Amino acid sequence: MILDSKIPDGPLESKWTKYKSTVPLVSPANKRKLEIIVVGTGLAGASAASSLAEMGYQVKSFCFQDSPRRAHSIAAQGGINAAKNYQNDGDSVYRLFYDTIKGGDYRSREANVYRLAEVSASIIDQCVAQGVPFAREYGGTLDNRSFGGVQVSRTFYARGQTGQQLLLGAYSALSRQISKGNVKMYNRHEMVDIVKIDGKARGVIVRNLLTGEFNRHFGHAVVLATGGYGNVYYLSTNAMGSNVTAAWKAYKKGAAFSNPCFTQIHPTCIPVSGEYQSKLTLMSESLRNDGRIWVPKKKGDNRSPNEIPEEERDYYLERRYPAFGNLVPRDVASRAAKERCDEGYGVGETGLAVYLDFENAINRLGKDIVSARYGNLFAMYDKITGDDPYSTPMRIFPAVHYTMGGLWVDYDLMTTVPGLYAIGECNFSDHGANRLGASALMQGLADGYFVLPYTIGKYLSQDIRTTPIKTDHEAFVEAENDAKERNKKLLNNNGNRSVESFHRDLGKIVWDYCGMSRNESSLVTAIEDIKQLREKFWKDVKVLGDEKSYNPELDKAGRVADFFELGELMMRDALERNESCGGHFREEYQTKEGEALRDDEEYTFASTWEFKGVNHPPILHKEDLDFKTVHPTQRSYK
Amino acid sequence: MSGLDLTLKIWRQKSSVDNGGFETYDVKGLNSHMSFLEMMDVLNEQLVTQNKEPVAFDHDCREGICGMCSMVINGRPHGPLKGTTTCQLHMRHFNNGDIITIEPWRAKAFPVIKDLVVDRSSFDRIIQSGGYISVNTGSAPDGNAIPIPKDIAEEAFDAAACIGCGACVATCKNASASLFVSAKVSQLSLLPQGQPERKERVNKMVAQMDSEGFGHCTNTGACEVECPKEISIEYIRKMNLDYNVNNIKS
Ligand SMILES: Cc1cc2nc3c(=O)[nH]c(=O)nc-3n(C[C@H](O)[C@H](O)[C@H](O)COP(=O)(O)OP(=O)(O)OC[C@H]3O[C@@H](n4cnc5c(N)ncnc54)[C@H](O)[C@@H]3O)c2cc1C
Ligand code: FES
Repeated sequence: MILDSKIPDGPLESKWTKYKSTVPLVSPANKRKLEIIVVGTGLAGASAASSLAEMGYQVKSFCFQDSPRRAHSIAAQGGINAAKNYQNDGDSVYRLFYDTIKGGDYRSREANVYRLAEVSASIIDQCVAQGVPFAREYGGTLDNRSFGGVQVSRTFYARGQTGQQLLLGAYSALSRQISKGNVKMYNRHEMVDIVKIDGKARGVIVRNLLTGEFNRHFGHAVVLATGGYGNVYYLSTNAMGSNVTAAWKAYKKGAAFSNPCFTQIHPTCIPVSGEYQSKLTLMSESLRNDGRIWVPKKKGDNRSPNEIPEEERDYYLERRYPAFGNLVPRDVASRAAKERCDEGYGVGETGLAVYLDFENAINRLGKDIVSARYGNLFAMYDKITGDDPYSTPMRIFPAVHYTMGGLWVDYDLMTTVPGLYAIGECNFSDHGANRLGASALMQGLADGYFVLPYTIGKYLSQDIRTTPIKTDHEAFVEAENDAKERNKKLLNNNGNRSVESFHRDLGKIVWDYCGMSRNESSLVTAIEDIKQLREKFWKDVKVLGDEKSYNPELDKAGRVADFFELGELMMRDALERNESCGGHFREEYQTKEGEALRDDEEYTFASTWEFKGVNHPPILHKEDLDFKTVHPTQRSYK
Repeated sequence: MSGLDLTLKIWRQKSSVDNGGFETYDVKGLNSHMSFLEMMDVLNEQLVTQNKEPVAFDHDCREGICGMCSMVINGRPHGPLKGTTTCQLHMRHFNNGDIITIEPWRAKAFPVIKDLVVDRSSFDRIIQSGGYISVNTGSAPDGNAIPIPKDIAEEAFDAAACIGCGACVATCKNASASLFVSAKVSQLSLLPQGQPERKERVNKMVAQMDSEGFGHCTNTGACEVECPKEISIEYIRKMNLDYNVNNIKS
């Protein structure tokens, strides 16, 4: 496997402009003859499908929810970054680029990140034109807030529901193309395999979740926009249905997978309250703008927080990182919370929580302003925990939130399988080892609205002579049979344990050994543990119901089966990377003060894995990252 | 912590052509911090161990934002709590020994697919009929080119907060979709960007709503009461005004 990132020549600032003006075009007459499959209708998928259809391509779009509007992107709260410099606080394309590279701990590709920063401003324009009701100033201009890890205000937001509003914007554009007949939409359909013919991606096998039927679809190109894989941990802030299946099938068909162990643990989530817990709820990072994080100075102090006087509180982020205080990046904030809890200073019933306190903010700004800023989040917290954050500090703890790793893509966003593209959270491209807040929405929409629609033309312009391949081609038949076999096996297994119980056990292993900190010996053990549990799964899992009607248990079983294989790859990846960077903290590699210790000499590359069979170790390829513009330094937020 | 014992009367229906009926299940020793859907998870795990098929229900985000969850609990869409989706309802609002009835949304335009799962694609088709601003990617002016007064932006947001769950339809005795449609119509007609297509939009969306088999609005206001996002019925008035102005003139 050769990894060619296809980064255009020339200075960083002009690469994309030059690319756009020289990339081969597809004529309107030919566009009409070209079919593109887009799997996923989150920000990335909906924006791509609608833009491609507007350009004249024939698009088929798939999602597993009952409507494209319900993709997981809907849940994003805090905001979306863009280098508009509306606040005149010194922001620029370069600064957004620099912050993203630094925030990613120097493990992402300069050219891709620069392009992301460059197109960011157009995203806001596009969304405003669609009618997205962003927050505004009294003068009627767009408002901004600042977000963790940066010192400018470049985050655009729509109350605490930015993802919802952006997705509804993209969904409306998609709906318009559906009504024009340019997009054919398939709701409640799950992609279960990629079809490859002569080495190129030529279609997908999907399962109609309502009828259990399998269908074959041809495409001149296939785009995956299927989101992240955080649910491998069982408990995460992702929606319940988020899964790795589409990306995983692509991996097994030859698309390389990069940096699977780079996962983001978000510092401010509602702590786990019991065994029955099915998911975790994020409390937006924006809360750290006004909330102060602390634990008692005394171990095991179980007084109620309001009884603990100021001088007996340890505002540990402000203490350790005076320059950024409560606004340090996510990985740093999460690890600091874990460190305090591991040392026995944690609060709440389980000791696995810290306080996020608004008393100062309420005294300084008044309850009304605090409520205007965070009212909906406070209400959500109250609903879930039964506690009122206006009168008692919130209890929070880190939780799995986002996956930086994903399918390897080149500058064109194409995977190592020709004609197969990956956009949004399911690729690995822009966030390196750690993602900055409000940058996932930006990346999803950048990929879908402004990057893929250009880059896909480069490939398709070479493919205008390919007539649609009939789906009775043996490659389609074979892929469909494999998928059917697998379902049969799950249904006829006659085991004794629920899918859920296996998923929970897998999640615990991945969280314990590949979560906020990792070390060599436990990673080695975990690989074996996962293998054993996977064997047990295939022996003992019980899936009731049938394959001919709606059967959510069967859908879940297929997804969990893929999580097992992914979990193992994550462990291998974490084991191989003998350094600490971003979300990947290897206990063996830390400074005396407990900060992450990167090894730029040995590890300035994207670990890129090639599948070699379920029971064979995958092969590691390294894409060296070449920093020509930014010079990697130790990230310091002190 | 005291465990909660409950009796659940749940609508089971194999498919859209099956008649369906209630089945009764007992669940015991629940933690009151659980969410309603976590309680359903517990029931489903229990059913799997008894070799009974789990209850199918729609859900995804479990944060009250995707609009997927949809249960009628003791006769009320999303249950007893104001401004709350099923997934955000917690068991601390129930008492030991309660009997809870759980049913799917019921409306002609939302046929039952299985158990508690219904088909809401009619909502998608309403949006497709005109619930958008026609702007192609790349053709937008600068975001600050059109200033929008803060209060207008806020009001548009209030309408845009609709999650498309369909509780308004499920609770309405006429199964009208007016609250859903008017929320989208109002969001777009409040904003300057939405003006060029304002007339056409409301006409098309209302026509689509009617053709999907939703009933007419008779102003009972039940939708506003049950809406988990507390969307105001005022938007229906606004929509009707737009609609009437159009159709009296033409
Ligand atoms: C609680 C929360 C808050 C967040 N807040 C922010 C924020 O404030 N700012 C920010 O920048 N980022 C935020 N993020 C991250 C951000 O929301 C996501 O990274 C982003 O929305 C992912 O978008 P996507 O389009 O790549 O995928 P998704 O939105 O996850 O969409 C995936 C799509 O793929 C479909 N799909 C998946 N698998 C299949 C399959 N096999 N077959 C068919 N369809 C399939 C799904 O149906 C869905 O339509 C947040 C994340 C969470 C969990
Ligand atoms: S599951 Fe998303 S709103 Fe309830």
